[in-house]
Amino acid sequence: MTITEKQQELLDELDLFQDWTERYEYVIGLGKKLAPMNEALQTSDRLIKGCQSQVWLDSSSQDGKMSYLADSDSVITKGMIALFVRVLNGESPEDVITADLSFIDKTGLKEHLAPTRANALTLMAAEMKKGALIATQG
Amino acid sequence: MSVLDPYQIRSDFPILNQEINGKPLVYFDNAATSQKPLCVLDSSRDYYERINSNIHRGVHKLSQAATAAHEAARETIAKHLNSTRPEEIIFTSGTTDSINLVASALGRSNLLKAGDEIIVSGLEHHSNTVPWQMLCERLGITLKIIPVLDDGTLDLEIFDQLLSEKTKLVSVNHVSNAFGTVNNIIHICSQARKVGALTFVDGAQSVPHFSIDLQLLNCDFYAFSAHKVYGPTGVGILFGKYDLLCELPPWRGGGEMIKDVTFEKTTYNEPPFKFEAGTPNIEGGIALATALAYVNNLGIAKITVHENKLIRRAAEILADFDKITLYGPDDRTGAISFNFNGIHHYDLGTLLDQMGFALRTGHHCCQPLMARFGMTGTLRASFAAYNTLEEVESFGEALKKALMMLR
Repeated sequence: MTITEKQQELLDELDLFQDWTERYEYVIGLGKKLAPMNEALQTSDRLIKGCQSQVWLDSSSQDGKMSYLADSDSVITKGMIALFVRVLNGESPEDVITADLSFIDKTGLKEHLAPTRANALTLMAAEMKKGALIATQG
Repeated sequence: MSVLDPYQIRSDFPILNQEINGKPLVYFDNAATSQKPLCVLDSSRDYYERINSNIHRGVHKLSQAATAAHEAARETIAKHLNSTRPEEIIFTSGTTDSINLVASALGRSNLLKAGDEIIVSGLEHHSNTVPWQMLCERLGITLKIIPVLDDGTLDLEIFDQLLSEKTKLVSVNHVSNAFGTVNNIIHICSQARKVGALTFVDGAQSVPHFSIDLQLLNCDFYAFSAHKVYGPTGVGILFGKYDLLCELPPWRGGGEMIKDVTFEKTTYNEPPFKFEAGTPNIEGGIALATALAYVNNLGIAKITVHENKLIRRAAEILADFDKITLYGPDDRTGAISFNFNGIHHYDLGTLLDQMGFALRTGHHCCQPLMARFGMTGTLRASFAAYNTLEEVESFGEALKKALMMLR
């Protein structure tokens, strides 16, 4: 499945929920199920300080595929991270770099990518791409 | 005294009559900015429709009308604060601007020198900390901090000990934007005066909620923002005692603030004009006076009583929740701040927003205060005259629902 197809699949899943409560509960649940990030990895150089919540992100690549581990002090932010991780994990660095991540604005959730705001999500999306860029140079 | 009817007041605020995510808007973010009544909106429009013109020294009719309206606004504001003369009222762009004005002018005066001390409190907004920090760095002055006690009030015993002949200025807020703590300004100012220190009071969170009597407070400077007291954004006030304003040098150069200009030497205008370089926010100043007239028409004492009722009920409702921490003393004013153990304020704020409740989450521009309590932020509900007990009750219900989703 391509990144675009994975994004569409996610949006279709979220579309099943008529009620915002269910949609948020689903996303919070995805966050809870996210692969745990070892506390030893939660270092200051992996910390993304948003204006509200904080995110720790570890990017790595193996055999030409990106792998992301992430955590947050906010369960909603963590759920949003889970959406990104699901879409980008296992993809090639080149595909991650060129990926259009605006699908997040179509989720019907309040959170969105905002170029002028220092929200954790926007900063994290940029960091994920930066990780991919480093992988291509490595 | 009859009581305030918030339902009647709400008809003056069209913005409140809307739905957010399909739910009626409940606006509890008044400490960040209040909504504006129709009369304030009309005032701005009326200014541009009838008398828009640049003020002062205009030979023509419109300029004279605009000048008269602007200076009448200054008088209204002076009266509202019980200042003895309108020349003590300087128009600025807001509280932050007012603080920077004094910090900058003091820095150019001969009232400060290296080795002196400035005292602020641990409850301050960044805007009442950073300008003084910058001044201290520039002049080699030491910044001292009045500690905050566990109940969110200031440790005034330590404050008394911090004061010495080195203290040149004490700057504190009247009401804390983060916790709603009302500081004992009369005590702070009288103690500071004993050692010859100047006093600055940040009134951004007090002017909207209770009446201010500058003669009683006897501070040297007082500042507030129009937009938190039903007025427009981009305009604020600095009050300064007249003799002090005469003594201070100007901070910005330009038109309006001068008496005579030659390339060799410029002489400066008298206060308040000395501190008002450039064309001011004319309609903003007039609209601020309209907002204060609106407040006085409702009755500021009635607003105080009504808002206290709301905040006491909110505190009662919140105190019944498990694992909650309420910050600030029981007699908090304007705002109530809280956290739930194990739950991020941002998550709660997000879910409350889904239900139509506008609260503020985060550090409230008070990072040192947040650090003092070992947290990154709080949820804050803050009230205005148009909020109702019904809204406070429904807030309790919404909070229950949000907590259920997060636990």
